[in-house]
Amino acid sequence: MIPIELRNVHKKFGRHVVLDGVNFSVSAGETVALLGPSGSGKSVLLKHIIGLMRPDQGDVLVEGESVPHLPRKALAALRGKIGYAFQTGALFDSMTVFENVRLGISDDHCYRDRTFCMSRVAECLQMVNLSDDVGRLMPAALSGGMRKRVGIARAIAGNPKYLLYDEPTSGLDPVNADAMDALIEGLQKRLHATSIVVSHDVRGSFKIADRIALLHNGRIRAVGTAEEFMAAKDGVVREFLERDFEFAAGA
Amino acid sequence: MDTPVTTTAELPIAVNAARLVARPVLGALGHVGRLGMMVLELFRALPEWRAWLPRAVEQCQQVGYGSLFIVMLTSAFSGAVTALQAGYQFTGNIPVYVVGALISESIILELGPVMTGLLLAGRIGARYAAELGTMRVTEQVDALESLGRNPASHLLLPRVLAGMIMLPALVVVADATGLLAGWAAAKTTIHITNADFVYGTQRFFRGFDLWYSVIKAEAFGIVVTLIPCYVGFEAKEGAEGVGRATTTAVVSACVLILLLDMLLAKLLL
Repeated sequence: MIPIELRNVHKKFGRHVVLDGVNFSVSAGETVALLGPSGSGKSVLLKHIIGLMRPDQGDVLVEGESVPHLPRKALAALRGKIGYAFQTGALFDSMTVFENVRLGISDDHCYRDRTFCMSRVAECLQMVNLSDDVGRLMPAALSGGMRKRVGIARAIAGNPKYLLYDEPTSGLDPVNADAMDALIEGLQKRLHATSIVVSHDVRGSFKIADRIALLHNGRIRAVGTAEEFMAAKDGVVREFLERDFEFAAGA
Repeated sequence: MDTPVTTTAELPIAVNAARLVARPVLGALGHVGRLGMMVLELFRALPEWRAWLPRAVEQCQQVGYGSLFIVMLTSAFSGAVTALQAGYQFTGNIPVYVVGALISESIILELGPVMTGLLLAGRIGARYAAELGTMRVTEQVDALESLGRNPASHLLLPRVLAGMIMLPALVVVADATGLLAGWAAAKTTIHITNADFVYGTQRFFRGFDLWYSVIKAEAFGIVVTLIPCYVGFEAKEGAEGVGRATTTAVVSACVLILLLDMLLAKLLL
């Protein structure tokens, strides 16, 4: 069974077509980086997988179940298996960091056990290289990078089978972006979760992903390993790669 | 029979006119449908009491205790002004005890519930629309859903329940405060005796008047929480969208309060 599969997914907002027949799948335990320019629909695609958006046409399957057709309770149960790290962190700003991460504990019995929650939140914060003390702070007191890391801590708190990262390195300086890539790589080794990392950072994606996919004009233009991508003859793929490497060389 | 002929020159005008009418009608129907779905979600969230109960208690404290002072202040002024104006207008052969009747009936039937409703539409309605609107545009609502939590039980139901529980309680306080302030103002300005005031109050008072006040408060409690929650949840396009949602929520809640005020008077009195 393919853990995550998108079949001919179409989505448009008004007259603007965002996804125009996306076919895409992820194997168990693998990390796929989904690349594409800003506004190409990468985040929209990710939101279809967790059922935050419904396709106009086509189907999204997670563990063989059609996400758009799942009843409420089944969808909530499925979401408990998926960790979603939002681009801006999307932390609940009226709650402390501790309460934010605690909400990620999907098992209700565990969620009500205060002692378990304290140790689990501390463990998750430590996994994203943050100290226990951060738990007492409000999200407004955190830097952009810390917010992203707390967002990841919340996403992994429920011990998910699948991890979806939405632009984890966007808005970070190169040093922190590298640190974030290393963090994601470390988490993959530790959690063995099937992951999709949405990014427009080619260099970082090559480091952390088993396979790369390029979303262009609402469709998956190319999929393959980093080596296959580097050897690709497709003009669009080459343009996307060269732009990034020129930038890296220039920097 | 002659069939009407639409010339090519007339067609765009007809089409534009139809569009002009159809768009707002369809938009309004869309809002009614989505609001109906939200109410359905609230009912479906009722069994998840572990999620909504502690948050509802917190919201009750914010709505009830947080609004108590301003509600008492407003109703005291309403009661006093009613007494002063009654004293000014009722001269000549009108018996003085009528002032007592006027104050109690005005406060209990109209001013207590409506003033409190309008006050909370501003105080709580604006707050809920801004809070939920900000949560919507900053993806916090999406984050909650992505964690397998139900936004209806975590965010909406506690707020609506707080309005339904606390607004009637606040209206009872407002009625009592308004009556006391009215009595004090009447006593000091038109020198009404306690006996006249009590006689006037009892002369036209019916037990149903208090129920009517509480029924209105219940309806207003739903309006000042449900509408801002819906409008906040529908917010789009960043800070401007949140600002627009807040204004829409307060204006809609105020207009609906006045509309319900009229409808309930027609239906229940």
